[in-house]
This record gives sequence, structure tokens and C-alpha cells, in this order.
Amino acid sequence: MTSRLRIDDGPLPALMGLAGIAALLLLIEGLISVGLLNPFIVPKPSQVIGSFYRVVVEENVLERFVLTIKECLFAVALVTIVGVSIGVLLHRVSLLRQATETWVAAFASAPVVLMYPLFLVMFGRSALTIVMMGFAAGLPPVILKTIEGLSSTRRVLLAVGQSFKLTPRQMFWKIQLPSSLPAIFVGLKLGLIFALINIVGVEFLINFGGLGQLINDLAERYDLPGTYAAISFVVVVSVGFFMIAERAERWLIR
Amino acid sequence: MSVLPLPKAQAAADPILAVDDIVMEFPTPDGVVKALDHVSLSVRAGEFLSVIGPSGCGKSTLFNIVGGLQRGYQGRVSIGGEAVEGPHPAIGMVFQEESTFPWRTVLQNVEFPLEISGVAKARRQEMARRFIAMVGLGGFENRYPAELSGGMKQRVAIARTLAFEPKILLMDEPFASLDEQTRLLLGDKVLQIQQELQQTTLLITHNITEAVQLSDRILVMTYRPGRVKRILDIDLPRPRTSETIGSEAFGRFVAQLWSDLRDEATRGMDEQQELMRNAGRGP
Ligand SMILES: Nc1ncnc2c1ncn2[C@@H]1O[C@H](COP(=O)(O)OP(=O)(O)OP(=O)(O)O)[C@@H](O)[C@H]1O
Ligand SMILES: [Mg+2]
Repeated sequence: MTSRLRIDDGPLPALMGLAGIAALLLLIEGLISVGLLNPFIVPKPSQVIGSFYRVVVEENVLERFVLTIKECLFAVALVTIVGVSIGVLLHRVSLLRQATETWVAAFASAPVVLMYPLFLVMFGRSALTIVMMGFAAGLPPVILKTIEGLSSTRRVLLAVGQSFKLTPRQMFWKIQLPSSLPAIFVGLKLGLIFALINIVGVEFLINFGGLGQLINDLAERYDLPGTYAAISFVVVVSVGFFMIAERAERWLIR
Repeated sequence: MSVLPLPKAQAAADPILAVDDIVMEFPTPDGVVKALDHVSLSVRAGEFLSVIGPSGCGKSTLFNIVGGLQRGYQGRVSIGGEAVEGPHPAIGMVFQEESTFPWRTVLQNVEFPLEISGVAKARRQEMARRFIAMVGLGGFENRYPAELSGGMKQRVAIARTLAFEPKILLMDEPFASLDEQTRLLLGDKVLQIQQELQQTTLLITHNITEAVQLSDRILVMTYRPGRVKRILDIDLPRPRTSETIGSEAFGRFVAQLWSDLRDEATRGMDEQQELMRNAGRGP
């Protein structure tokens, strides 16, 4: 709502953000130099930046990057379609909702990543396992927020629809769904974060493809600057997805 | 203003809307609230009827019943002699609460009923623009409701309902958040449209002058339970100019309504305070 009215501050906020990160990195660099932080646990930011080139060239980062992004895309697409559908279903059938809503909420805070052995058994050591783990982790917030959005549709808007004699189908597509989109997007953004964490985590754990595996490799080789460089790439993926989500949100919700 | 009095023959025709002995009770945690108590009313085609009464007397409830949005009442509502079950295509409603769609522009909001009835895009945009201009929002077509003032949003809602071109228009305090000048101008506009389209209009208002200025008849309701206290025939000539408003006859109607409403409002406030005191004494 308010974002629509936000006055464009130009590039200032972005610059401030970047400056903040730069300042933090400088601080860490300083703390390590004076010996307050152990360089064998936290490498110097300058070393990390210095290792970017090496990691990119030697470790096939681009390929891994694309793989992780693909897994994320599939997981998010699944989360969106299945999550919103389940949310709609639970909102419609109140018995079902009352029976399951608490469970869904509980599932949202469960450490889904620990279920990876089960998924390995079901889907094998493949990208599918990783996608499904991301999907499972991202699903609950989308379901919960979809239900919340649908049930908080203002009564008077429904009354407007009724007075214009909308069919139930029109009521859903023209009033209930658009009025719930802001809440659904909150769920999707949360789901995206959960999915990404779990995707990279499982890549790491089962040592299969993507940036997670790279982090694992580099950490096992005790290449700390490289490890942190690889983590930076995960951050880039996350930021990228977030920006896409916000674009989509602004385009859909006005 | 090209407002002509209605042809007598039309005004005398059968009631287009009949409300017959309506009783509406709401169950609440503190017992049953009787919102409407044997309310009957009949409205002629093309008539402009205002409903006036103290807050909480059941005006909105009456409109919701007539609009087919409220069930569980006793009695009967009929339109053109036909009993009403659910929303009737002849009825268009403007709600008391803010009811624009925040995800649609002004134009898309006003287009909405036309979109639902399948009017082609170019045609419905053209029609919507006309109604937007009518409520004085020309130039705001591509704004979103969040960018408008309360009164502007209310006008969008009015335009949206007008675009539905209902035979019977129910408006629940549509001018409440407008300043006096805009209120007068918009009241005039609605009246003009109403007479052009031969629309039957029911208007809930708290503004006595406005009611007398616009209406053929005024229904005064009592405080809870809502009953018909009086139906006042406003037989002032039309168009009602500023001269009419300054006239003695106009003043008499206003005075009459004032005293009716003061009685009811006083009773309402006393009862409500009594209720709160009793509640405070409870366990
Ligand atoms: N859904 C409901 N459940 C319980 N009580 C209700 C409900 N709707 C209305 N009421 C009660 O019925 C009475 C009439 O309400 P209504 O909204 O029709 O009043 P109103 O005349 O429109 O008041 P106002 O001028 O303040 O808008 C009120 O006392 C209200 O508390
Ligand atoms: Mg009301």
C-alpha cells in the first residue's frame, strides 16, 4: 500500500546499503588485522574478494550458479502453484482448515532439512531431491498466508461483488484473489527464503551439484576465502530472486 | 439544470419496490438485538426517497435486506411485484463503508460492473469515462484509490454503481465524507442522473437539508428497534433552487425533521448509556 506512494529517493538508498556493507567488511578486515578475530575462522574480506576470480574460473561457478537457480525456480514454481491451491482449498473447506492449520504452522517451524535422508530414499541422489526439499520447506508459509489473505478480504468488497451478481468463480478471481495478493506475496517471499536455505543446505549435505556442494568442497579443502566467496554467490542468488519477487509484486498489486 | 418533474402517470403507477412487514433480529452475546420492527414501505417508480434516523436504528440493515445481501428476516420484499431472494439485477448499491477495489484504477473500478456483464472493452471504457466525469473525477482515471481522498473514493464507488445502470439505486450515506459544496453539487448530479434515467433512488443520509432538497418523500425511523416513525411528503416544486431552500415551506420541513430526530436521538443516547451502565454493573 504505502510503497505505491513512496517518493523515489533515487539511487541513495541503494548506495547507502552498499556503503554499509563496505563499512562492515572494512571493520572485519580491521579486526582481523589487529588480531581480534582469528583469520583461520574468518578470512580477511580482501582475501575473499581476491579469491572470487579463482573460484569463478576454476570451480565452474557459472554452471553451479545456474543449477542452483534452476532448482530454486522449480521449487518456487511448485511452492506457488501447490501452496496457493492448498491455501484456497483449506480456506474453502473450513473443516479441513480447522483440522490442518495448526499442523501446517508447526511444519513451518520444523527443521525440514533434517528430513533429507527420507527424500534421498524417495527421489534418489538427484536434483529432484533438492527441489523437493526446497518445495517442502517453502510450502507452509505460502499456505498460511494464502488462507490469511483470503479470510481477511473485506466484507464490503464481497458485498459489492454480490450486489453486482458475480458468480462464485468471478467472486474468486475478481475479488478474493486480488485482495489477498499482498498477503500471498508475503508468504511467497518467506517461502522463497526457506526454499533457498534448504536447497543450498541439501546440496551441501548430499554433496550434489550447485553452490552448496561447492561450499562443501572448498570448506573440506580448507579454502576459507573460497568458501566465503561461494557463500557470496548464494547471497547473489537470494538477492536476485528477491528482486524478481518484488518486481512481480509491484506489477501485480497496484 | 434540466430537471423536470416526473410525469404524474408514472409516479402514480404500481410500487416498483415494496417492503412488507420486515422484522430483523440479530443474535448477539448480550441477547437478541431487534434492528427492524415491522417496517413496511412502498416506493413508486422514479421516486426519490430518503431514509433518515439516528445512528444504529437499522437503516443499513434495511438496505441490505432490500439489496438481497441480508437473510434471516421475517417479512417480504418485492420488486415489480416479484418476491426478492438474493441480489436483484435491478438494484445497485453504494455502501456506507469505503468499497473501492484498491488493486484497480479509478477507470477499472468504474468499468467493473460492465466487465462483469461482458461489455466490450472499448465500449465499457467509454461508458466508464462518462460516469467518472459525471462525479467530477475526470483526469483521475488512471489513479489508484490509495492516491485519492476519502470523498473521491466515495465518488468512485458512486460512479461504479451508476455504471451498472440499476433501475433502483440504494445509496447508504454516499456523501458523508464530502464537504458541503461538493455534497450539494454531487447531490444535484445524482438527482439529474436519476431523473434522466428515471431511476428510483433510496438515499440514507444524516443531513436533513440534503434530504429535503433531494427527496420526494422522507422516511424517518425511530431509534432501536427501527420502526417507521413518519413518512414525510416533500411537495416542494422542482427544480429546487436556492430560492426553494430559502423558502418558508422548506424551513417547515427541516424543523419538523429536526424535532422528530432530536426525540429519537435523545432516546437512543439515553438507552445506550443505560445499557452500558447495566453492563458495567454486571459480573
Ligand atoms: N451483523 C450484525 N450482527 C449483530 N448486530 C448487528 C449486525 N448488523 C447490525 N447490527 C445491529 O443492528 C442495529 C442496526 O444497525 P445498522 O447498521 O442498520 O444501523 P444504521 O441505522 O445504518 O446506523 P448508522 O447510521 O450508524 O450507519 C445496530 O444496533 C447494530 O448493532
Ligand atoms: Mg448505516
